[in-house]
Parts: sequence; C-alpha cells; structure tokens
Amino acid sequence: MAAQTKSGIKSFLLYLVLVFGSAVFILPLAWMVRSAIMDSSQIFIVPPVWIPDPVRLGNFKTALNTVPFGRYFLNTLLLVAGNVTGAVLTSALCGFSFARLRWRGRDFFFGLLMTGMMLPYAVTLIPTFLGWRTVVGPNSYLPLILPAWFGGGAFNVFLIRQFMRTIPKALDEAALVDGAGYFQIFARVIFPLSKSAVIVVALFQFLGVWNDFLGPLVYVNKESMFTLALGLQQFIGYYTAQWELLMSAATMVLVPPVLLFVFGQKYFMKGIAVSGIKG
Amino acid sequence: MHPKQQAVAPGSVKRGFRSRKETLYGYGMAAPAILGFFIFTLGPLLASLYLSFTDYSITNDFQFIGLDNFKRLFTGEDSFFYKSLFVTFYYVVLAVPVSLLAAFVMALLLKNNVRGKTFFRAVFYLPSIVPVVATSTIFIWLLNPDIGLFNQILRFLHLPTSLWIYDEATVVPTMAFMNVWSVGGTMLIFLAGLESIPDHYYEAVDIDGGGIRHKLLAVTLPMMTPTIFFNLIMGIINGFQTFSEAYIMTEGGPNNASLFYVVYLYREAFANQRMGAACAIAWVLFAIIMLLSVIVFRSSKSWVYYEGEK
Repeated sequence: MAAQTKSGIKSFLLYLVLVFGSAVFILPLAWMVRSAIMDSSQIFIVPPVWIPDPVRLGNFKTALNTVPFGRYFLNTLLLVAGNVTGAVLTSALCGFSFARLRWRGRDFFFGLLMTGMMLPYAVTLIPTFLGWRTVVGPNSYLPLILPAWFGGGAFNVFLIRQFMRTIPKALDEAALVDGAGYFQIFARVIFPLSKSAVIVVALFQFLGVWNDFLGPLVYVNKESMFTLALGLQQFIGYYTAQWELLMSAATMVLVPPVLLFVFGQKYFMKGIAVSGIKG
Repeated sequence: MHPKQQAVAPGSVKRGFRSRKETLYGYGMAAPAILGFFIFTLGPLLASLYLSFTDYSITNDFQFIGLDNFKRLFTGEDSFFYKSLFVTFYYVVLAVPVSLLAAFVMALLLKNNVRGKTFFRAVFYLPSIVPVVATSTIFIWLLNPDIGLFNQILRFLHLPTSLWIYDEATVVPTMAFMNVWSVGGTMLIFLAGLESIPDHYYEAVDIDGGGIRHKLLAVTLPMMTPTIFFNLIMGIINGFQTFSEAYIMTEGGPNNASLFYVVYLYREAFANQRMGAACAIAWVLFAIIMLLSVIVFRSSKSWVYYEGEK
C-alpha cells in the first residue's frame, strides 16, 4: 500500500515536470500565434494580454500584401520539388549499389562519402560559390538544386543503405534467376520495399530546403527569386515595429513544416534514430 | 565472395560474367554519389586550400601570397579573428553542456513508458523543425527589452530585466540558452539510446537492493556514454558552425559581441570580397574542429564504455 502511494506521488511529480516543460516549449509558439492575430494597439499593452480581442485574421493578408510572400512560397516550392525528386531518386540508386551489389572499391568509396559528411560546410562554401559563379552566373537556382541530384547528400545515401541492407538477399537472387537485370531488381523489387526509408529521405530533404537560409543568401540576391526564409529575414529589417505583421509572416513560414511533422511523425522518429546509430 | 551465393550461380563461367556485370552496375549506380563527392566535396576542399594562399577577391587578378593570410590572422593584424574565436568558443562552452544536459534530462523523463509519451515527445521535438529564420524572428520578439514576453515575465516576478541580445555582455549567453529550445533531435537520439538498455540490468540493481541513484550511476550513465560521446562531437561541430541565428538576429553585434566565427568568415568573403582570406579563415576552422574531435576521441577511451569490449 505504502509503495503504491509512493509510486503514485512519483508519477504525479513526473507529470507535473512534463506538463511544465511542455508549456515552456510551447510558450514561444503560443506567443507568436497570439501576436500574429492581435490588433497592433493591443500588442503594446502592459501587462500583456494573452487572448486577442478582436481577433485580427486580416494581419495575414496585410503581411501578404506588404511583401510578395506568395511569390516566395512558389519559389521555395520549386526548390523543394527539385531537391526532393533528385535526392529521392539518386540516394535510392546509390544506396542500392552500396547495400546490395558487390563491386571492388565499394567499401572504400562508401567510407569516403561518410568522411565527407564530417567536413564543415564553411570550408567548401567559397570555392563552390566561385565555381557556380563561373559556370552559371549569379541568380540561378541550379546551385541550390543540382547538388541534390548527386546522391542527395551522404546522410541520405547512408540512411537508404542501412535500410536496404535489412531486406533479405534471397529476393535479389530469385529475381536474377528469373532473368531480371540489376536495374530491374532495384526498380521493381528493392525500391518499392524501401518506401518507408524513401519517405524519411523526402521529409528531411523537404525540411532542409524549406529551412535553408545560407544557401539562398549566398546564391540569390534578386528579390523576385527570394525564398520564404530570405523574404522573412528581409521583413525583419523593414518591419521591426509592426510585430503583428512580423509574427503573422513567421507563422505562415512555419506552418508547412509543422503540418509535415504532424502527419509524418512516425517517419521523423525513425530517421533520427538512424542518425544516432551512426555514432 | 559468399559461398551460398556461389552455389546458386549455375556455372563458374557465368559467375565470372555476372560479377563483372555486377561491378559495372555497382559503379554505374553509385556514380552520382561518387561524382558528387569529387565535384562538391573534394574539389572545393582542395580549391579552398589553394585559395587560402592567394589574395583572390573576384574583382582583381590574384596572386600567390604564401602564408600571408594566415599570418594576418594569427598576428592579430585582423583583430576580428581573435574576437570571433573568443565569441565562438564562449558559445560552445556554454551551449554544448547546457543543451546536452537539457536533452538528457528530457529523454530520461520520457523513458519510462509514461502515458502521453508520444504527445510530450512531439512537443519537445517540434521547435527543432521550425525554420531558423522563424525561430530567430520569434526570439527577437520574445527578447524585446521593452515589451518582449521574457522581460514582462521578469517584471511580473519583480526580478531584474535584461537587454538580452542587445547587450554585449548577455548576447552570447542568451543565444546559448535559445539553443536549448531546439534540442529535440539530440533528445530523440538520447531516448533511442536509453530504450536500448536491457531491462535486466536495472533488475540486477533491484535485486542488489540499489535505488534510483544506483541505477542512474551504475547502469544508465555508463551505458549511455557512446551516445553522449556522439552528441558531444556533433554539438561541438555544429556549435562552431553557428551562423544563421547570429546573422539574422544581431548581424554579429552589438559591437561585434556576437561575431560568430562563420559570421566573420561570411563578412570577409561576401561583404569585403576577400575570398582568399576567407578560405584561410575556413581552414583554420577546419583545423580547430579536427583538433577538438581528435581530443574528444582520445579522451573517449577513458570514459566511453562499449559493450563487449573487455
């Protein structure tokens, strides 16, 4: 009996801490949403008001009219589409080769790719920038899309390879006996079976591009080519006093990744667990 | 070659043909990643090293100037170099331990299948998928000295307020503390580690009459050292490369008090057009990160416990 009460108190305390912790973590987002739909005069009231009255959903429209966020949204989507397609296709292809084909030098090249992952991006940033500047000139999306078509980054290749290694080898052998070629084995057997790993790659790639700030900052300076990240950063500079507009803009930038997370939570957890295993 | 697979192949002649074909396909299908490594990693890496010995600046013809770029940095002729090194070390020393500890405690809280675990886990992880520009925007607002939420709360509690990112003394600690909001990924890696510890280890402590403190010190911590080690290395590497938050929130200010190393590098390269010097700055960063990684790796032999290693 006494032990039961003790464990009851313990789990009560645990919940107390968890609820308090969650509240602290949600607070910045709650404050953002609250400010985004508040009337500008109410924002400056001290002590602060939590519930907006009236609710000003028009702030979103005003923000959209002040800065061409619609345009930036389409630009960002274009980059996302180009990156996700490239990363999914090529990381799966390369992952298949590293996981399931036997060829001389395979482990050496795989090790090389993994070493490259540890390299600080700052070291390659400038020559890569200068290279692209010579090849395609300024204000092109190619530097922001094309690299994803080369395996989609070492981490994605690693992730796909780890997953594909868990698929029974007998499947390949059976297909070979049936006269299938290696590409067919990849396209018809292994790729469809690796759907969940492919989804993880697609989700992470989406987030990476959506959240990328340095890339567009370096390669794009024409406003009509801005991404949402660049647009929001520019917005900060112009409208620091109009907090309600700034917060409604931030909310709009944040909603797509959050939705993606809510619906793809299972895959996120899987992908992160793998990223820890490599250590 | 695998003996079992050998047996499946109908004849040795065909086997040889197949393995040649397999090699061909192997290289062909891995080609994007291999080419990508040479084009986007190794090539730029070597080019960067070469450029660091030049005064390349896009506009002018450039010359080979030997170690001048590096000399200029280390002699303190460019005072921003030591300043940015100090700022970045200061940040890493604060942010890495605080973030690791926070993530570890959060993971411990979620470890025992508490009801609503999925919900709490999602809440703790959510901030780390918020785009860095949005995070920065939100915190600029929260940290506003006059009407930001943080100072309002402090005033409500009759505590002294702070200028946060607008004061030379508090800008770096503030950013280190901000970083805790985004430790969700680290927490999940810790959680995966905690969940892989076999239950019977804890049961053994129970049988020996040990309490929760013994479980933590004798089982959890030793078993978690490989994960702690991984997160520590990643924390250091990422900490040294902090850029976006600082660039967006303070642009290195006030008075260069948050001049993070990569912000300094960016400024040299893209504002001052000193590409050669910036490459030298990048290589010094590379060297520092490698050196620290080696130190942590070396030290890991004495504190990281790997199972099955006696």
